[in-house]
Amino acid sequence: MAEYRLKTPLSDEDIQNLKVGDSVLLTGRIYMARDAAHKRMIELLDKNESLPVDLKGEIIFYAGPCPPKPGQVIGPVAPTTAFRMDPYAPAMYKYGVKGTIGKGPRRQMVKDACKEYNAISFAAIGGLSTILSRKVKSEEIVAYEDLGPEAIRKLEVEDFPVLVAYDAHGLDLYEQEIAKYENYNKHSKEGAVNYENV
Amino acid sequence: MRVVHVKELTETVAKLCWEACYYLPDDVLNGFKKAERTEASPIGRSILQQLVENAEEAKANHMPYCHDTGMAVVFVELGQDVHVTGGDLMDSIQEGVRTGYREGYLRKSVVGDPLLRINTNDNTPAVVHTDIVPGDSVKITVLPKGGGSENMSAMKFLLPGEGAEGVKNFVLQTIKEAGGKACPPIVVGVGIGGSFDKVTSLAKHAVLREIGVHHPDPHIAELEKELLEEINHTGIGPQGLGGTNTAMWVPIETFACHITALPVAVNIQCHAARKKTAVI
Repeated sequence: MAEYRLKTPLSDEDIQNLKVGDSVLLTGRIYMARDAAHKRMIELLDKNESLPVDLKGEIIFYAGPCPPKPGQVIGPVAPTTAFRMDPYAPAMYKYGVKGTIGKGPRRQMVKDACKEYNAISFAAIGGLSTILSRKVKSEEIVAYEDLGPEAIRKLEVEDFPVLVAYDAHGLDLYEQEIAKYENYNKHSKEGAVNYENV
Repeated sequence: MRVVHVKELTETVAKLCWEACYYLPDDVLNGFKKAERTEASPIGRSILQQLVENAEEAKANHMPYCHDTGMAVVFVELGQDVHVTGGDLMDSIQEGVRTGYREGYLRKSVVGDPLLRINTNDNTPAVVHTDIVPGDSVKITVLPKGGGSENMSAMKFLLPGEGAEGVKNFVLQTIKEAGGKACPPIVVGVGIGGSFDKVTSLAKHAVLREIGVHHPDPHIAELEKELLEEINHTGIGPQGLGGTNTAMWVPIETFACHITALPVAVNIQCHAARKKTAVI
């Protein structure tokens, strides 16, 4: 479980080196898109039409921010549940997206797509919105402004913290870590929280 | 009889919306801290530490703790000796939500028609539950409910004979299916009994109970303890990335039910377990 600071867009070599559990601080350009924007983009890809933004080689952050208060670059923001983007993800990776950032486990189709197209599915902490918004240095709506919080945004981030959840070698961090703690110390009762005594 | 002007209701609801989103309740923050002290997974401990920092930073800067400031669920307990004047009670609550989400810089996460899916851009309508109660005051609670955990909630009619074991199995199955998608550490609101509509309402009301407070009936309190322990043995852990703290609390609410039925509902509340109450 190595630690890296990487510039975006990621190179194919960067992606090959990353393994599940690695911590990565991302600096550079990433794009934000979630449910409604993906639905529209997939319709375009299905018709062999170009996307409103060139996302080949880029990272997509599955998120929608709060409005900024005066003086803020962006309002609080953190990843949404990646699972909802699973049906769209293989087509997006095939198109050329090299990484996605979401929260929570994903389906086999995403693991397979990461392996096939040399790509990563990153996890960031859901709801860590105040802290993560500080890592965003600029924000610009670049497509689908009518979708409000679901518009596609281009962000410049600095040391944005993510974990490698699914790597390009077919491994799965969620599966690996949950197995370690299932029935952990079940009989000694250590580990599991007991609110009566803590 | 007491007269309450709708303007006061609107102002109260507006303030509750942003206060709930900015300031995580103490019982939840203490829940994170307690979980961090006992968590076996290093990744889990790191996540819990960051959630505590995030809550403290949100509070200090008067910012939303989580960007998903939810669909507003508003609980109104209206005293039967209150006369509401100056307009429509329901309109005044919706206006409070509209104002609170605009002035609080909260995210507008509501689409008007569930199939056409056009954002209403003001986070209305809110879901409003009303109860008529004795007295001459109005108690209002705002629960900004995030979508990720709400999506993982479930309801089922069990056979009456399945009893407490059947309830436990259904709750555990729901939590395992939700895994990291529900943004743990979670609060698992459970409703048992009533009818199709009542049981989900019980589960939702259960989420409002403070962490650390058990049901007054000993056999239900025992079920709460057993479920908390079993959920924390699933290994799901903080954010579903493994660990021994998946749930912070399992509040259960019950109601009488038909001889044929044993309805159960599970309303999952993510770690942004926000709620704020005011009494007028």
